[in-house]
Amino acid sequence: MTSQSSTISIQMQSRSISRRVRTEPFFVKMMLIILALGFLGLFIFLPVVVVFTSALQKGWQFYISAFREPEALAAIRLTLLAAGIAVPLNLIFGLAASWAIAKFEFKGKNLLITLIDLPFSVSPVVSGIIYVLIFGLHGWLGPWLYEHNIQIIFAVPGIVLATIFVTFPFIARELIPLMQAQGTEEEEAAISLGANGWQTFWRVTLPNVKWGVIYGVILCNARAMGEFGAVSVVSGHIRGLTNTLTLHVEILYNEYNTIAAFSLASLLTLLALVTLAAKSIVGWKTRQHIKNAEKISEEKAS
Amino acid sequence: MKAHWFKKRSVIPGFGLTMGFSLLYLSLLVLIPLAGIFLKTATMSWAQFWETIASPRALASYRLSFGAAFIGALLNAVFGLIVAWVLVRYRFPGKQLVDAIVDLPFALPTAVAGIAFTAIYTPNGWIGKWLAPLGLKVAFTPFGVILVLTFIGLPFVVRTVQPVLEDIEPDVEEAAAILGAHRIQTIGRVIFPTVWPALLTGFAMAFARAIGEYGSVIFIAGNMPMHTEITPLLIITKLEQYDYTGATALAVIMLMVSFVLLLLINLLQWWTTRQQRA
Repeated sequence: MTSQSSTISIQMQSRSISRRVRTEPFFVKMMLIILALGFLGLFIFLPVVVVFTSALQKGWQFYISAFREPEALAAIRLTLLAAGIAVPLNLIFGLAASWAIAKFEFKGKNLLITLIDLPFSVSPVVSGIIYVLIFGLHGWLGPWLYEHNIQIIFAVPGIVLATIFVTFPFIARELIPLMQAQGTEEEEAAISLGANGWQTFWRVTLPNVKWGVIYGVILCNARAMGEFGAVSVVSGHIRGLTNTLTLHVEILYNEYNTIAAFSLASLLTLLALVTLAAKSIVGWKTRQHIKNAEKISEEKAS
Repeated sequence: MKAHWFKKRSVIPGFGLTMGFSLLYLSLLVLIPLAGIFLKTATMSWAQFWETIASPRALASYRLSFGAAFIGALLNAVFGLIVAWVLVRYRFPGKQLVDAIVDLPFALPTAVAGIAFTAIYTPNGWIGKWLAPLGLKVAFTPFGVILVLTFIGLPFVVRTVQPVLEDIEPDVEEAAAILGAHRIQTIGRVIFPTVWPALLTGFAMAFARAIGEYGSVIFIAGNMPMHTEITPLLIITKLEQYDYTGATALAVIMLMVSFVLLLLINLLQWWTTRQQRA
């Protein structure tokens, strides 16, 4: 009994020592917190606030009228269209690539992963130019496309292509490590029990990576709707036709139509905030999912 | 099941289909277009190429792009480390919200960031009007470029350093303290060396991202040739003047820099994971 209580007191003592040696004096702590919050306040909080106050500086009427302009509506439609094509295509690619990479062993795997990540390190402007050099009037396929009356650059297909390029790795890079961590045992079990490839994918693999898929889609969509540099190169800035939401914000801003520019910008800011919220929720869900899986495997082990 | 020379046997089906589709999609959308830009450069003469990439205007744009990206990444290394430390070690109200909002620069369209920063720092903006009487100009000067590039790279250092700080075992610090190390010594000799590779990785990522940035910069920079013109803008200017070869030459330079940085970041990440395992 006495030895037990003494170990408890020693434990408590060591815990308080641990807490004391692993932290800083109160004023240092406060100073660091203030520095961190000040930095984030200046660089993140203030710009967000400025978007909404600038959009609402003349009241709701002006704010709402910015969304009634046909050109603004056309820009919103085009942004939705580009993201609506780019995100599903990159989702299919992400699922296929992660299946091939995570479920099989082959040579050159690391090189393939690096190549998939490549678009992240390319400047948005360069991402646009590569398509102009191929499909533009002076590009390789330009004359042929012109003869056949197909327009890609300075038209919607170019915008979709550039959007696909800049969001290319998002879903794949979420899914590859996730599927690699989950291994191949469950799929092998399903196959040996007589399931075919599709059944295994839909019933075993996909439910296991569900949250990773949602996470990747959220990030991919945010970037697809917010891309500026790459679509700016291929768009040609034809109002009402090839202007995405971000490009329309630029035009309004350069015309000193500040309220309209910030009103449309506030829509994109809301999208970013919703993305962050969804990301936090999904991140939390994933952690829970992992915790539950660990708990189950612990119970099995005991 | 067919055995491929480069692939281990497996009972799981679908390798041919998924690999084939992945390679096709990757080649058509990324690899062939990227290769195209190098082919295009190959049609130029060396003198032509050199004249474009070494012109005074191009050199001035590199100075601004690389210089501002470097200072921005440096600011992020310092403050990102503090933010990561505060988020991992201390408790304060609203901490989870702060943690979530660190990623905003990833989610906010760059054009929105550009007009918001410009509105804050013009001489009649919220902060600009306090700086103007002091003779400090931020918007339409290189300082403005540094500010938005800091914003763009902000999450990288925090997100690379944070997990490493979380993984530091309490024993290590306790042992250092018991052996008589002062807190500052513990931080300098025990914690910092552990965090250092991750910090360098985050710095390199922020730097790489900032070099190519276009959307946010063009609003706040003022875009004066030789003074506040970044390289991506110079590329677009050349494109708009139908100088395709000039634009391509500069784009190739930017691509090469990106590839070198990508290689460096991969090496740093490899070093980070090795350091963590050791």
